[in-house]
Amino acid sequence: MTSINPLLAPDTGLISQHEPSASAALESLLSIRYFEEAVDGLFARGLMHGTMHLSIGQEAVATGVCAALRRTDFITSTHRGHGHCIAKGADLTRMMAELLAKQTGYCRGRGGSMHIADVETGNLGANGIVAGGIPIAAGAALAQKMKGKDNVVVSFFGDGATNEGAFHEAMNLAAIWDLPVIFVCENNKYGMSGSTEFSMKIDQISERAGSYGFPGVTVDGNDVDAVFEATKTAVERARAGKGPTLIECMTYRHKGHSKSDKNLYRTKEEIESWKAQDPIGRFEQKILEQGTLIQEQIDAIAEKARDSVRSAITEASEAPDSDPAELLSSVYREAK
Amino acid sequence: MTERILTYAEAIREAIGQAMETDENVFMLGEDIGIYGGAFGVSGDLYQRFGKDRILDTPISELGIVGAAVGAALVGMKPIVEIQFSDFTAQAMDQIVNQAAKIHFMLGGELSVPLVLRAPSGSGTGAAAQHSQSLEAWFAHVPGLKVVMPSSPYEAKGLLLAALDDPNPVIFLEHKLLYKTSGHVPEEQYRIPLGTSNLVRTGKDLTLVASGVMVSRSLEAAESLKDSGVEIEVIDIRSLSPFDMGPINESILKTGKVMLVQEAPKHGGFMAEVAAQISEGPALFSLTEPIRRLCGMDVPIPYAPQLEKSVVPQLDDIIANALEVHRGS
Repeated sequence: MTSINPLLAPDTGLISQHEPSASAALESLLSIRYFEEAVDGLFARGLMHGTMHLSIGQEAVATGVCAALRRTDFITSTHRGHGHCIAKGADLTRMMAELLAKQTGYCRGRGGSMHIADVETGNLGANGIVAGGIPIAAGAALAQKMKGKDNVVVSFFGDGATNEGAFHEAMNLAAIWDLPVIFVCENNKYGMSGSTEFSMKIDQISERAGSYGFPGVTVDGNDVDAVFEATKTAVERARAGKGPTLIECMTYRHKGHSKSDKNLYRTKEEIESWKAQDPIGRFEQKILEQGTLIQEQIDAIAEKARDSVRSAITEASEAPDSDPAELLSSVYREAK
Repeated sequence: MTERILTYAEAIREAIGQAMETDENVFMLGEDIGIYGGAFGVSGDLYQRFGKDRILDTPISELGIVGAAVGAALVGMKPIVEIQFSDFTAQAMDQIVNQAAKIHFMLGGELSVPLVLRAPSGSGTGAAAQHSQSLEAWFAHVPGLKVVMPSSPYEAKGLLLAALDDPNPVIFLEHKLLYKTSGHVPEEQYRIPLGTSNLVRTGKDLTLVASGVMVSRSLEAAESLKDSGVEIEVIDIRSLSPFDMGPINESILKTGKVMLVQEAPKHGGFMAEVAAQISEGPALFSLTEPIRRLCGMDVPIPYAPQLEKSVVPQLDDIIANALEVHRGS
């Protein structure tokens, strides 16, 4: 069992301004980064099969959003979902076991990287269908409202998902029913190879909220504080029964879309310019400059995150492979 | 005891109402199910009885509606989705096929999607190609979905209450021509187990296998052939997934002849699966005549009444084909 220390929302001010919240956020950022770098390495060495979608460069979105949530709040995630999963508190060992096709993985080897869900931390599942999780998030939010609970639901999705019908239908339902849902768009500029300039006529995706009658904001998605602040405002609005918000987080994936990507559609200069805006480097610099943490503390957090990922790989590797014997009996849930 | 007579639509409404009284997590959502009472009148007065929060009128937004139902089901609700015509499930296929059907298996088994999707199916109303299809084979082909086709008011209530007990997504295909038909329906809650085929008429000469509105049409054919001395057995496939071959094999072992009656187009239809399972099973070598499939033509449902009737098996077609199989011609 290796999960990050729970993310903390400071009572006042920003995440970077307080040692406990800054430490927790840094652990989240680094755990996501190291987890995905490890996975990338295992893949390159032929020790992991299938496909995967890495969010390296986008860690501030998952971290800033989940810092504004309670454990009892829900999320729906995407094919690029390792970060959401880790930031919400999932067990790195069970995640790694799933990617390594083990029986102890979150999905017992049936789902892999694209389908991790974690009931305990309110993760209703990553989704291999672009925009597939957005109406589901609206439905989970509808249930909170019907049951009189003040939990909120965050739906993560990419820029590409906002051209899908499911996005628009879910936005409209959430609006007319004032659902406690926060739509978090990770705008990393590309839906596979298609740039946002190619795929849409508007400047900012947040504008789309206006046509459904609720607020839309665009924030620097590589700044944990900015993402957190926008989410906090949206969560307050949702808990108060005032309905949804669309938050567009401007970010960038350093790696390709998936393993087949040769990066033919973007320039080296563009990639380098975004790497210079790396969310982790920026956060570390900010907390050092503000004096929230000193370098030794940062190094210690980095070492802890590295250890967690290492032990996740070790423990997961020792687990039994997933078992075909139980497949047929797993399609339907047994009636009570 | 006097029989308590309800229509098919009333039987469905009674099941929904009783389930909602018993379980506060049950709610219904769909287009025009509120004050309008539903396109086929099924929800009726449920809106007045349970209010707008539990009989939730939605915009015309099938993908959104089914997705919302999936999300609500994941966190403990029991949604009943009404899709106004089964044809419109095409708008929501991602949520039905890629999400609802797969979540329990794909996500490792902790989550499940206990929803019931009700939809009026079939032709016979002059509504043409986009409001008349019989799409059961689509859903029966997807592991993770259960598929039910009630053939009478009694069946409709018992199967719907069983579907609502089930922790999995159930596609509940009602036939439009049956909504106004009536029959005996007990007032108490009773359940017909999913995954059972039902022997509805016994006979020794020929087995007819049917579902939905083809069950009553087959029974009518059987009745009219009685005078010609042909005794026909009729089996209702009320549950396509899970599917129960037991009564079909048993019947063929007795009669040696079988005709599969289906409203949907023949090509790739569910009766092709039934034929395949007969050929794989214990009854194959008791057949004295080839299996006959009497199915809809492989064309979209047309508008004109004479055209519409010509593409779907009618009473006379069933009688004529049954006699042919019986006589071995």
